[in-house]
Parts: sequence; C-alpha cells; structure tokens
Amino acid sequence: MELTELYISLFLTFLKIGVFGFGGGYAMLPLIQQEVVDVHKWISVSDFTDIVAISQTTPGPIAFNSATYIGYTAVTEMGYEHGFGVIGSAICTLAVSFPSLIIMTIVCLFFFRLKSNPWMLASLSVLKPAIIGLIASAALMLMNKNNFIDYKSWLIFGAVLVASLKKVDPILLIVLSGVAGFVLYNSF
Amino acid sequence: MNVGKQYWELFLVFFKIGAFTFGGGYAMIPIIRNEVVNKRLWLNDDEFMDMLAIAQSIPGPISLNTALFVGNKRLGFKGSLFSSAGIILPSFFVILLIALVFNQFKENPVVESIFKGIRPAVVALIAAPLLGLGRSAGVNWKNSWIPLSVALSVWLLKISPVYVILVAILLGVGHFVFAKHTMKK
Repeated sequence: MELTELYISLFLTFLKIGVFGFGGGYAMLPLIQQEVVDVHKWISVSDFTDIVAISQTTPGPIAFNSATYIGYTAVTEMGYEHGFGVIGSAICTLAVSFPSLIIMTIVCLFFFRLKSNPWMLASLSVLKPAIIGLIASAALMLMNKNNFIDYKSWLIFGAVLVASLKKVDPILLIVLSGVAGFVLYNSF
Repeated sequence: MNVGKQYWELFLVFFKIGAFTFGGGYAMIPIIRNEVVNKRLWLNDDEFMDMLAIAQSIPGPISLNTALFVGNKRLGFKGSLFSSAGIILPSFFVILLIALVFNQFKENPVVESIFKGIRPAVVALIAAPLLGLGRSAGVNWKNSWIPLSVALSVWLLKISPVYVILVAILLGVGHFVFAKHTMKK
C-alpha cells in the first residue's frame, strides 16, 4: 500500500474511533480491536492485548496509547523507516482527539443548559448501560485462544480477578503476572 | 500574570496530570480535581461535578474531555488546544519509546514468556470492575438486558459498536418521545 493511502486510512479509522468513543477507556476497546485487528489487520490480536497491558502500566488513556502504538507499528510493519512511523503515530493521535475537541468546543458554548437538557438525559438513558455491555465485550473478545493458551492462563486470570476485586493495585498485578509468565513458560 | 504565561500554565498543569496518572480515566479524577479545584480555583466543586457529567457523556477519554473543558473555560478555544496538548504529549512520548523498543524485543522468547503471563491478567483487569461500574451506571435487573445484549452482539455476532451506540441513542430518545406522547393523552 502507498504510504499516503495508509496515512489516510489510519486517520479516518481513528477519527471514527474518536467519534464513537463513548464511555472512554475500556468501552472503546471493542471498536479499536474490530477496526485495527479484524478489518485492517494492522496488528495481531496478541499485539493488541500487549498494547492494552502496556496502557494499564503507563500513564495516559488507552485510546491515546493504542493510537500512538498502532500508528507507528502499522507504518513500520509495511517496511517504512522509523520517522514515517512517528508521523503515523501523530496522525492517529490527532485523529482520535479531534472529535472530542470539536464536541467540547460546542458544548462549552451552552454548557449549563445542556447538563439538565431532557433530550441529552434521554439519549444517555440506554447508552449508559450499553457502555457497560461494551466493556464486557472487550473482556470477552480478548478471552481467546491467543491469550488463553493453557490451564496456566486460566489460573493467572482467576488469581488476578480475585486480587483486583480486593483492590490490589493493577500495575502490581501486571508485574506479578509477568513474573508468573517468566517462571511458568521458561524451561530452565 | 500575562496571557502567554497563563497558556503555558494550562499546558504544564495538564502535562503533569498526563505524566503521572496511571490507569487513565477514573484514577485521574481526584488528581485533576486537586489541581483544578483545590490548588488553582479554576472551577468550584459544583462546576467540577457538572463538568465530569458532561465529560463522561460525550465521546473520547474523560481526561481529554476534562482538559478541553478547563482550557476552554479559562482561555477559550486556544486555551483548550494548550491543555489538550498537555494531556496528550506525555503518553505520546512514552508509548512511542515503547513501540520503538518493544518491536525489536517482542520476538525474544523471554519477553514472549512474560507477555504470556500478562495477557490473561489484562482480561481479568478489564472484567473485575464491571459489577461496580454497572451499579454506578444504573444497571438493575429490569434493564440488564441492555448490557447483556450489547456484549453478546459485539462479541459473538461481531456487530460494530458504532451501530450499538447509534441504536442505544435512538432507543433512549424514542422511549422519551413515546413517554411524553402518552403523558399528554
């Protein structure tokens, strides 16, 4: 694919992700995964899971993190130099933020009328519970054969689930499960 | 303080928030509140709560929406450009660095073994807060069909979240119009 074509495709995809990014964070994952892994095949599903893991351990929202990472990777995987990858990152990050910029600018014009506007509340009445469903589907979509390779995967999943419900710090849990992976999947 | 300095201050405050808040979204809220409400008096508590409600209702990450709102309220559209640049740039640089390094090491068997352990943990970390989030989004037995049908249709039928969101908005508005109409009668 031509580089310009790839840039345009990245821009439009992340613009779409930005426009429909209701609920932020995890709620945006199913759309990002469908577009980036299934439709455009820019990265594999394991790579995508690794981005989510990296996002959970670094500052900043998942939407930006995946935009930056995918923009770079999609371009360099096509054989282009690092510099073009950085431009790809910038394009995706701008595209995913642009819809929020426009919408928030409009919102600020008549903010205090909007917050108790009955139409606004009506449109959110079904959307809010639907966003919970989107987050659930993000978890279900990642519960696949690439990420759950054997019974050890399920042991790690169960342990982290319980620890997380007990409010153990997520960064610590990622580090510990990395250590578990290192011990369980290396034959010394 | 001159105006140039105020733009710079907006940028720096949100740069700091962007650089030191791990986990995104909800973890950032108390830190943003401390900077914006307690330390700088840019918004009062009521304004902050109203702003949060809006930031969660429009598309995009909550931290970005918050930065855009505060920047706009302080110094207009140009202010929102500075505050959003501040919130975006830290993670941009961090992830770019990771992408540069990680792409060279991901074939390494040791790195791969570490990520084999991390991947199921990622899924658990997404699933764990679901019940609490559901409760605060007002999910109960009566409307639990909404998240259930959304999760199943996106997961199994591979329906795009774009359609899910459009249908959810239409249903909400449709129900409101219907209720209004029957009330008039």
